[in-house]
Amino acid sequence: MSDPASSDRSVQYGIVGDALRDVVRKVPQDEPPPWPANDQLAVVGKPTPRLDARQKVTGQALYTFDVQLDGMLFGCTVSSTVAHARIRSIDTSKAERHPGVRAVHILDRVLMTASLRDPGDEAKQRYPTVRYLGQPIAGIAATSARAAREAASLVQIEYEPLPHVVSLEEARQPDAPMIFPGPTEQPATAGGGGAQKGLDQKGNLRGPATNTRGNVDQGFADAEVVVEREYRTQVQTHVPMETHGIVADWRDDELTLYASTQFTLSVRDEAVEIFGLDPAKVRVLSEFTGGGFGAKYGIGNYGALAIHLSRKARAPVRFMLDRREEHVTVGNRPATVQQLKIGAKRDGTLTAVRLRSFGTGGVAAGAGVGSCHSTLYACSNVSTEHYDVFTNAGPAAAFRGPGQVQGIFALEQAIDEIADKLGIDPIELRDRIDTRDVDDSKARKVERHRGAQRFGWEKRRPTNADAGPIKRGVGMAQSQWYYIVHKDTECEVRVLGDGTVQAFSSAQDIGTGTRTVFAQVIAEEFGLRTEEIDARIGDSRYPAGPPSGGSRVTSSLTPAARNAAYRAAQELAKHIAPLLGCKPGEVVFSGGKVEGPTRSMGFREAIREARIDTIVQRSRRVPDYEGYARTAGDFQLSRHGIGGVQFAQISVDTETGVVKVERVLAVHDCGRPINPQLVESQIYGGVIQGVSYALYEERHLDGASGVQLNANIDQYKIVGSRETPAIEVHLIEQLGGQSSTDARGVAEPANVATAAAIANAFFNATGKRILTLPLTPANVLAALRAPDERGNA
Amino acid sequence: MNSFEWIDASSVDEASRLLAESTHDRPVIAKAGGMDVLDLMKEGILRPARVVNLRTIQGLDGIQTDASRSLHLGALVTLAQISSDPNVLKHYGALAAAASHAATPQVRNVATLGGNLLQRPRCWYFRHEHFSGEDVAEAVRQGENQYHGIFATEQTPLVHASTPATALVAYDARVQLSSVRGQHTVAISDFLLPPDPGRDRDAALQQGEILTQVTLPALADGTQSAYRKQTERDSYDWPLCDVAVVLRRGSDARVESIAIALGWVAPTPMRATEAEAILLGHRVDEEAARRAARAAVSKAKPLSRNAYKVDVLEAVIRRTILDAATR
Repeated sequence: MSDPASSDRSVQYGIVGDALRDVVRKVPQDEPPPWPANDQLAVVGKPTPRLDARQKVTGQALYTFDVQLDGMLFGCTVSSTVAHARIRSIDTSKAERHPGVRAVHILDRVLMTASLRDPGDEAKQRYPTVRYLGQPIAGIAATSARAAREAASLVQIEYEPLPHVVSLEEARQPDAPMIFPGPTEQPATAGGGGAQKGLDQKGNLRGPATNTRGNVDQGFADAEVVVEREYRTQVQTHVPMETHGIVADWRDDELTLYASTQFTLSVRDEAVEIFGLDPAKVRVLSEFTGGGFGAKYGIGNYGALAIHLSRKARAPVRFMLDRREEHVTVGNRPATVQQLKIGAKRDGTLTAVRLRSFGTGGVAAGAGVGSCHSTLYACSNVSTEHYDVFTNAGPAAAFRGPGQVQGIFALEQAIDEIADKLGIDPIELRDRIDTRDVDDSKARKVERHRGAQRFGWEKRRPTNADAGPIKRGVGMAQSQWYYIVHKDTECEVRVLGDGTVQAFSSAQDIGTGTRTVFAQVIAEEFGLRTEEIDARIGDSRYPAGPPSGGSRVTSSLTPAARNAAYRAAQELAKHIAPLLGCKPGEVVFSGGKVEGPTRSMGFREAIREARIDTIVQRSRRVPDYEGYARTAGDFQLSRHGIGGVQFAQISVDTETGVVKVERVLAVHDCGRPINPQLVESQIYGGVIQGVSYALYEERHLDGASGVQLNANIDQYKIVGSRETPAIEVHLIEQLGGQSSTDARGVAEPANVATAAAIANAFFNATGKRILTLPLTPANVLAALRAPDERGNA
Repeated sequence: MNSFEWIDASSVDEASRLLAESTHDRPVIAKAGGMDVLDLMKEGILRPARVVNLRTIQGLDGIQTDASRSLHLGALVTLAQISSDPNVLKHYGALAAAASHAATPQVRNVATLGGNLLQRPRCWYFRHEHFSGEDVAEAVRQGENQYHGIFATEQTPLVHASTPATALVAYDARVQLSSVRGQHTVAISDFLLPPDPGRDRDAALQQGEILTQVTLPALADGTQSAYRKQTERDSYDWPLCDVAVVLRRGSDARVESIAIALGWVAPTPMRATEAEAILLGHRVDEEAARRAARAAVSKAKPLSRNAYKVDVLEAVIRRTILDAATR
């Protein structure tokens, strides 16, 4: 903030169409001038189809799964068939004799799981302890995928079985089998994650992680209404269209990794760390990634195996997980139990929030329930206490709004319950308590009211208004997520002598449209169309881009891209000004032309005539003008958040327990929307995934064996076309005066509020609270048979 | 999946001879649409040495009505054909509905009636290689049984997977079995056997026999039928239960004949005989349907995690009875 190269600048602040005003920020002197609101821009803020849409729908887009290299081998995992055991011996001799096999490798370290603080006796073991069924043990590379699978079945493993436990409830008991013999840590990986260091661990309970302010007991003593319930959420697995996978091509002078990843640089960094390589000798390519919801970071066990096998076989190895491995081994959203108690005054003022929560991420720690209980609403007295519970199940990983999705399901139902008890409209109650002085709170106020109007909230009927077996209801819930900026983001813009404009970032596009958004921002500065920008991404050799996680790509990448493009355009103007007979400062780039006060020329024509050699400009992401609240790992957190408000209309068949979500209205903020079409697309995806989580998705483990019974997409139920509600999206344009584009994220908040909105609609429809996810007939019928809510104060 | 030999059969006799050669060490299996066969092979539950493709046999893919107005469905008729055939739609609405609610449009275009009846249980223990050779029924009873049976679970908690079978049981259909030794027919309810993971199939089909035809008897004028499949999802899902009702009422609106078949709740589709008895000779109204549905589930003995299915089934029976009566 004391940067001498900064100066006070007046920038626009507020919500377009609501209230905009000027605020003064300290802005670095070489920052481009602030953009006006989107309606005055040519490319940014305009709905623009993704640049690679045609490639994708015609099958031209090459995903990691499609990579074909000369002499490429196929990798396959040898997985544990027991839930908990020490390995006595592994005999790979038969597999090695299989005619198709070129290499076999046994893992000496398992990634993604928590690790013992003091490895003790386990350090002396030859092989890592098996802690869940399906844990990778070894890998095979063979000339065909089938040969690799055949050979994998020939590997003989002798286990020394240990007692196991897979359910959160049982693992909490003091006499439960212990998953880890001692306290553990879950270090953050290149992709984030991890759990608070140094917490106590008793049995399988790690924690508590606590967060306290004020005096909660006093708060409850002051309360005039108290709600208290226990909420449960299930394990959800990620199920991206493309499974995790890497093609590793080990050469003596260089390692090339083709990866289906959310962060090319995390793939490079983990390979460097595990194999002790020079980062300059590792190249990661990710032309297209077939989806990712938080779990596609680093190289994973499959990537480690691919690299080992490629090195041993001296040939490239493609290692794609099959659908079962995808469900079991590479991440999930933890199950939780949340005991939540909230006290309020008669006017709705919150006096106390107390949360005691448990979450299980299987063999991984970090199964928290987000920060919403202490940060969404104004309340002086808050106490949260969270325990991770280890179980013999596959590791959790970040999953679209990690923690917050589970937390909001409980919190927003509790707030809805307070509103009901006090006889205050849920929107009015939130107007009174969502009052923190941050941008997301201001956005939600507008979102609540615009949403209510569009949704027809005033037509909301009293609770349990339908006499027949099919009951309809509506509900709303709020979403809150962090506004994150990646620490090291840089990009490069080049203008070639033939007028081609190129842009480079190592960032990957996991389907959100990063390539397109990147190009749009640059096109805006050059007065070109989006498709005229040759935006290159997904190569670790390009300037460092952000990970596609934490809803931070657009907030991190676009200011760097704009600044680089702006500088390149300024440099270009110097060369072109003489042709136009004007000063460089008078050159305007607009509509594919360069214009001076008296003359104009086509963009390419001007560049050719000016005989420009290549112009190269690099720019880093300048820190937010207001700075950050804190820095954690590779990201910086603003004190402001992002969020939204979602409204749901559902029907409940009270005889069969079948719930249908008929309509969802989602009103969201993401700072300045760079491409409303892609933002809306993300919100559709978030709502659909939220409906899927609320109604269908659930990992089923067999307690006796530890097998995931539904590790496929037949019995692991995901929302289909007929279950997809009518979705309406409304975006607000919020200018925060923080960066040269003022863009923020949207991916995660789009998913955070959906289940809670549906649950609140369930109460409006039936008069009963649904405390257990998902809303299957079994859970719904059980909830409907619970004692009547109204008599239960 | 293992390597295997593929033979396109040109006749029922040829297929029968080839299938009769099956041994424990060199299994030979038949494939029609291949929907379930492919799944089972991918899971390693089937490891055939030889696959006999029945789709190359002529004459098994037609739908015909004979002089006695019985309806004959060739075993290679697809579910899509059944769900759009005007005769089936007009006279056997419950079967058309069952066929049209099975699986997905893509599957229905390929899946055959014969293959559908001979598919293996959808039990997630049976279908996971981890439990192969284990006591699957006991694993189900002790484990995750929310989608399993609620009747006769002591026999087996596994349920037969075919949903058209539920309608066929209500229509009292017969299946024709053919082999080099000749042909015979058997009632559908005798043909379907309680699922047993230890056997190769869950039907009374001898080695070398091929299911060639399904025959639905002619229905008396005025017969009404209805079918409901209750799933968690609409897009594509296995049922929690399905119900087919076939009834005929006299001029006084009293029920003269009725068949109620329940699928996915017992080892094979079962007739709800108590419910049928309650309705026989009476008028069908909301109250009668309610009493019948309650009687139908009164003997249910759910497993540890599927008591909810009893309530679901009761509601679906009641609704299907009323559907049939208002057709």
